[in-house]
Amino acid sequence: MKFNTFAGTAAAAIAFGTSAFAQTEIQFWHAFTGRLGELVAAQVEGFNASQSDYTVVATHKGNYSETLNAGIAAFRAKEQPQILMVFEVGTATMMAAKGAIKPVYEVMAESGAAFNPDDYIGSVKGYYTSADGQMLSLPFNSSTPVLWVNKDALSAAGIDPAVDLSTWQKVGEVLDKLKDSGHACPLTTAWQSWIHLENLSAYHNVPFATKDNGFSGLDTELAFNAPLQVKHIQTMGDWAKEGKFIYKGRRNEGGADFRAGTCALFTESSAGYAGIKSEAKFAFDVRPLPYWDGTEGAPQNTIIGGASLWVMTGHEAEEYKGVASFLNYLSSPEVQAKWHQDTGYLPITRAAGELTRSQGFYDANPGTDIAVKQMTAKEPTANSKGIRLGNFDQIRGIIDEELESVWAGDKDAQTALDTAVQRGNELLRRFEQANR
Amino acid sequence: MEKRVTFKGWLLPMLLLLPQVIITAVFFFYPAGQAVWQSLFIPDPFGLSSRFVGLGNFEYLLGDPYYRASFVTTAVFSGLVTLVSMGVALYLAVLADRLIKGSGTYRALLIWPYAVAPAVAGVLWMFMFNTRVGVVAWYLGLLGYDWNHVLNEGEAMGLVVVASAWGRISYNFLFFLAGLQAIPRSVIEAAAIDGARFWTRFRTIVWPLLSPTTFFLLVVNVVYAFFETFGVIHTITSGGPQQATTILVYKVFKDGFVGQDLGGSAAQSVILLVLVGLLTVVQFKFIERRVHY
Repeated sequence: MKFNTFAGTAAAAIAFGTSAFAQTEIQFWHAFTGRLGELVAAQVEGFNASQSDYTVVATHKGNYSETLNAGIAAFRAKEQPQILMVFEVGTATMMAAKGAIKPVYEVMAESGAAFNPDDYIGSVKGYYTSADGQMLSLPFNSSTPVLWVNKDALSAAGIDPAVDLSTWQKVGEVLDKLKDSGHACPLTTAWQSWIHLENLSAYHNVPFATKDNGFSGLDTELAFNAPLQVKHIQTMGDWAKEGKFIYKGRRNEGGADFRAGTCALFTESSAGYAGIKSEAKFAFDVRPLPYWDGTEGAPQNTIIGGASLWVMTGHEAEEYKGVASFLNYLSSPEVQAKWHQDTGYLPITRAAGELTRSQGFYDANPGTDIAVKQMTAKEPTANSKGIRLGNFDQIRGIIDEELESVWAGDKDAQTALDTAVQRGNELLRRFEQANR
Repeated sequence: MEKRVTFKGWLLPMLLLLPQVIITAVFFFYPAGQAVWQSLFIPDPFGLSSRFVGLGNFEYLLGDPYYRASFVTTAVFSGLVTLVSMGVALYLAVLADRLIKGSGTYRALLIWPYAVAPAVAGVLWMFMFNTRVGVVAWYLGLLGYDWNHVLNEGEAMGLVVVASAWGRISYNFLFFLAGLQAIPRSVIEAAAIDGARFWTRFRTIVWPLLSPTTFFLLVVNVVYAFFETFGVIHTITSGGPQQATTILVYKVFKDGFVGQDLGGSAAQSVILLVLVGLLTVVQFKFIERRVHY
């Protein structure tokens, strides 16, 4: 009897599901869990409720790498979703896959949706724009690195919590004082390659790779073994040796230490905001990423990390219309402003930023606009538009390995960065071969 | 002594073989063939285009000093995992074999870790040695030892070896214990009456009679260390620090499924296949000669 009831309900549900919703379904694969997953679900629900022609179905497919892999495997099996979330590191891979992706500007033009690329913040969309200025994917979650400060730890060490931390020279002095006062973890970091090489280069307007960081050609070569980067990594290496910089791991392992109050300074994405705000039991502050005083052009602007939404080929025109309307919904000032305020990710349009300001969010939460300012202070240059390298995930892995050799004191910065450049270049040549 | 069944026709034996042949063909020969075929190309991840490079992938790999270093890492890792898991298991089995009371309880308890999946075991050990919240790391800190497997290569290797060997001890223990119990008591008792002490008896009687078990476990454990320890490494170190724990099979995963370098990854799995084949041949040719059945 029990089984019969269950079967009956299931049958009813199936019948209901197919007949009552004769809407066009749009699959959206993403990489978010937890709080971010809930916020994505809320966005999707909002869109589905706002109109009756399309239903977006959001599916979590694992972390960034796993989501990209799921998309690739699905494409090979001809079962790809309409929308796939891909992290910034996978951008070159997606761009090179001409037969697999449908550029966003094309989707928008064909569906006749209102779309003006100039509405989007330059340094955000630049990462996902082709050399001739066409937007290929829609920026979804973008963040940029900032310096997080445990004010209580500074006070305990006899340092004014409002101390100037704008340059690495000044940070060095504060680290000295923290160390002298017996602090066990003056500085730690997340995402070392992203913050201390990729963003460092952009912020000081020096190339990370040739050919405009890979934007204007697959024959790009890595260039981050120049004096500025060597000086920075060597300084960090010396700090590591002296116990002022504590290495916690390749990803954002250091975040737990900062939130627990173990570490005083922490370089991490601006999107660390949600976690720090909810967990930290101390007074914290967010500061712009420090730069090296005396470098010409510094500070330029920092670059983004995060993910964008790619539209995949092989679907009906009607479905692409739905995709266009969903992407437009995501870009609308209200949805974007809410996303920006909830997560600490950057707003992708100017209008969303202005709306957030007029709502008084920045006044109520001081420091939350630092990331926006840091990214938009100057027009991006060829060195600070972004980075577009094939096999970039593996290149980051190589950089991680070589930086670890500096932190462990096995190699000096010059040797380590030279090796990383040479090993990375081999991967770039392989990518060039695969995509010629 | 040998029992042999002879069939009259050839249809029935073929039919009986068929399921095994099909399974092997579908799950081994077909994918292995695909891997060999793919290793000759540099494809793009989406399967849109593919460039034939002949042995280019192999040339690239073998010319890469970091890939070659991975062989050494794998040898050290598998050697240590095999040694630790078999050594400890044998020690425990010898102790359990001598027990008269409560041996059942001990046996059951010792078998438990085998039920823990490698990835779960990895997470377990990672938490114990975590530099921030790890219990063991904390106690080591009290003793004045600054544990940091995130940066120290030796410690990282030690940790993945212990985590990989831990679950395996149970498996080896079972086989060793069975092997020990199969040795006729009378032989050992006779030796004891002749005045042989425990160590002499172990060296001259038990160890040789145990050799088929030991050999079997050696082969099985080396294969385990090569292929099944992926979960432990992925959860604890992800191959780091630097490349200290990047064993061959982990590199296949990393290059193929994270880096999307399918050609290079396929070439690596072909090399791995050949290597394990060779290793097994060596084991059977040279070590099996010293096994007494």
